[in-house]
Amino acid sequence: MGKSTVIPFGPQHPVLPEPLHLDLVVQDETVLEAIPQIGFVHRGLEKLVETRDYNQFIYVAERICGICAMGHSMGYAETIESLMGIEVPKRAEYLRTIWHELSRIHSHVLWLGLAADAFGFESMFMHCWRLRERVLDIFEKTTGGRVILSVVKVGGVVRDIDATMMREIVNVLDGIKDDYTKIMNTLLTDTSIRNRTVGVGNMTHEEALALSVVGPFARASNVNYDVRMLGRGAYGDLADFQPVLATEGDCYARVKVRCLEVLQSIEIIKELAAKMPDGAIDVQVKGAPADGAQACNVLEQPRGECYYYARGNGTKNLERMRMRTPTSQNLAGMTAALKGCDLADVNMIVLTIDPCISCTER
Amino acid sequence: MTLGSLFKKPETTLYPFEKKPQPAGLKGHIHNEVAGCILCSMCQKACPCNAINVDKALRKWAIDPFMCVQCSTCVRACPKDCLHMLPSYTPVSTAQFCNVFDVPDPNNPTKPDTPPSTVAWDYSEPDPSGQLKR
Repeated sequence: MGKSTVIPFGPQHPVLPEPLHLDLVVQDETVLEAIPQIGFVHRGLEKLVETRDYNQFIYVAERICGICAMGHSMGYAETIESLMGIEVPKRAEYLRTIWHELSRIHSHVLWLGLAADAFGFESMFMHCWRLRERVLDIFEKTTGGRVILSVVKVGGVVRDIDATMMREIVNVLDGIKDDYTKIMNTLLTDTSIRNRTVGVGNMTHEEALALSVVGPFARASNVNYDVRMLGRGAYGDLADFQPVLATEGDCYARVKVRCLEVLQSIEIIKELAAKMPDGAIDVQVKGAPADGAQACNVLEQPRGECYYYARGNGTKNLERMRMRTPTSQNLAGMTAALKGCDLADVNMIVLTIDPCISCTER
Repeated sequence: MTLGSLFKKPETTLYPFEKKPQPAGLKGHIHNEVAGCILCSMCQKACPCNAINVDKALRKWAIDPFMCVQCSTCVRACPKDCLHMLPSYTPVSTAQFCNVFDVPDPNNPTKPDTPPSTVAWDYSEPDPSGQLKR
């Protein structure tokens, strides 16, 4: 046994699109311990509730993360609505959910492209991002923005999707589904990918529960939890929702869960598009949250459960706005999964857990 | 899969020679139809990033395109529906500037305080008078 050394991993690393820094304590190519360090992209966004009113803060909330932008604006709006006791029209809930599921597809396909690139399949990276572009085109046509949509407001949504556009979305998604299934099957059956991911970065069901990991990371360890199954908002109208689960808990299981979740999201959007109710898309919001009023909310972001907390103080500005993002919940699980792995496998493990540091630091 | 791509049309475009068509609802930039503007400052109050500056005395309406986040809150706040979001992006620029619109006075149309600008949205011209600073 050699002497242990510390190898820094990140914040600039080819495999990471985000500034995560890990101090890897390594002995003979085996990682003994991984010490995460964050703080590279802290922007103090939660503090901005003091200078922006509750309507304006929605644009700050969606800038927390580029990939989860739609989810954050939706989660924030839902929190304020429950804080002020506002009932959102059903159509607005459906539209929000459709955009949120589209952003899940865009997030997972983006991630799949990055993963393929890290595995060494550069052409697959191009294919994945080609598909993602179609989702971004849907966003552009329906909301006017490609990544930052600014389409949710407190009390509803800003834009409607008409029946013609909805049919077009379903047609585009059918096209994506065919292409995507081909990509997914190629990726999941490839021997070199199986060699690199099967049995790597194991996280058992018990460990996943003890460390409270969330999202696809937890579902790959057979933790049957997805906020969508609680049936809040438009998710309650789905005929059947079963989280995508895997039992192995290794990197391959995490890749598989994410891959299958894209197909699940496409089915959800198609079902909601068929069931879309008529009616208004927003309600008038007047007044301010009461002094001392509190509200909590949970939402399934592409990376897992995100928790929102808001407290009013009787003015238009909130007293406190707090978000606990899925990655901050998954960091402990990540260090546990890294313990005892090979140094060469670190990037695979980090990538399949898919940390989003911008969300975590805000 | 990759073989099939050889016989397909390219997905990419030769930007900047070829540009993607811009959908009608694209949030590109804000345009003020000054004839209807009453300089009520509702847009200024609603703007989450303080990009809009309304000067009633000088009858000028200005927006800083570098601060604007294209959220279209001002469009919704406008009581006269004279603000619109036009579907073309702000071109790249080497210097920061404000876009200033001269709002004609309906009570005194023959003698406007300032001559109405001929170009409603000119990216190349910084605020010539230099009166509207953030």
